[in-house]
Amino acid sequence: MDQTEAPFADILAFSDGLFTRDDAALADFGEAEALALLDSGEAILEAWLEAHDQVPTDKKVEGFRLLALHKQAARGNPSFNACRETCRELVYHYNLIVLEPSDVDRGQRIRLAAMVLKHLALFVGGKLEESGLGDFCCSSRPIRQTELLDPHQNV
Amino acid sequence: MAEGKHKKVAYYPGCALEGTGHAYNRSTKAVGKKLGLDLVELENWNCCGAMEVKNVDPKIQTYLSARNLSIAEDMGFDTVMAPCNGCYHNLKKAEYDLEHDGKSVEVNARLSSKAGHTTYEAGKVETIHALDWIKDSVGEEGITERVKNSLKGLKVANYYGCMYTRPRHIFPEKDKGPGSESTSKPHFMDDLLAAAGAENVEYPLKTACCGGAHSLSDSDTSTKLVLNLLETAEACGADVIATECPTCHTGLEMHQVRAEKVLGRKTNVKVLYFTQLLGMAMGLSPNEVGVNENFSDSRDLIKEKGLA
Repeated sequence: MDQTEAPFADILAFSDGLFTRDDAALADFGEAEALALLDSGEAILEAWLEAHDQVPTDKKVEGFRLLALHKQAARGNPSFNACRETCRELVYHYNLIVLEPSDVDRGQRIRLAAMVLKHLALFVGGKLEESGLGDFCCSSRPIRQTELLDPHQNV
Repeated sequence: MAEGKHKKVAYYPGCALEGTGHAYNRSTKAVGKKLGLDLVELENWNCCGAMEVKNVDPKIQTYLSARNLSIAEDMGFDTVMAPCNGCYHNLKKAEYDLEHDGKSVEVNARLSSKAGHTTYEAGKVETIHALDWIKDSVGEEGITERVKNSLKGLKVANYYGCMYTRPRHIFPEKDKGPGSESTSKPHFMDDLLAAAGAENVEYPLKTACCGGAHSLSDSDTSTKLVLNLLETAEACGADVIATECPTCHTGLEMHQVRAEKVLGRKTNVKVLYFTQLLGMAMGLSPNEVGVNENFSDSRDLIKEKGLA
């Protein structure tokens, strides 16, 4: 289980690096760094879309491209909704970090945002690795969907 | 939501609660008894199709679950309670399919006729989760009134998993404003445990994937996902992760051990079913709610918090 070989190794290293920093080390964490959290989230979803021969959208949903990318990725693929709230949590934490720079819990916000980003990377990375095997997600489509003609006709 | 509903409901434990999730079965029944609620198990129930059968045909989940709903109807119930997220999800999916998909209705009727049982028709039986059951029957006030050992001082991360709220369209009763459950920020478990005195921490991964379905196909992914859930809970200050799904619960417990063995990452947060926490708060012993059956050893914490 070498994480450096996993998909999104750079993003996982980025999130782990943030998570292990204490408040003092996060004092200089500004809007640009917060934006890097969102950019990383977008990069994860872009990779998923490109792996499925789709062009990642430049549109925004509720002001965020990350949410538009999620919506695009989930279209026709219900299992991808399992990371919908993870994306929304990332946006929520980004807002808190940027809009409340004097929050006494700012360090904690940044660390939690890093963990949310990490979950997104692990979830999508896991799905990418498994794509050759079929989709094992709890709410996924059937593996042999393309082989199914009309499953009802012989009942 | 009006309290006093669901005093007597049909009970569909599902396969997991007879196996790996037996502690959830035990604690659900014990809490029900303590609350004066009546659970009547479905006679001769069958598997809901869980997560696997959809790889043959996703509609099989609908037909299998329709049979369980028809049993509830035959037993004279208009409500069936399923504590497992997978069972709950599939029963809700069956309700939805049989209301909106003519082909499903037609095939279900043919299968039911061949099998010789009542054909379930949409709208006859409502499926609820164990969280709805307690929330609607006694509510937060009813819990608070019955607390003998407050959960005060116990910091809890409430983890709902991904199937309790997804896909949104099969849960028409959720997202209906104040009093209803939210699909994006579920809170029923938070509400009930807070009523028992627990201090809920803000947990940003409460509906995130636990990797449950990856367990056999890609254990490493499951371990990494679970480790992240556990480490995040600890970062939020939680002593315990409260669960309401046997698949999530077992995954959290088993991969907590695996994360330590394979990745060398030890976490100390405990994993308990919300029914175990509620039961102990109402004076039931740890054994009466199946704590001894858990893989996650929370006995020291339970003693420390005065729950035993």
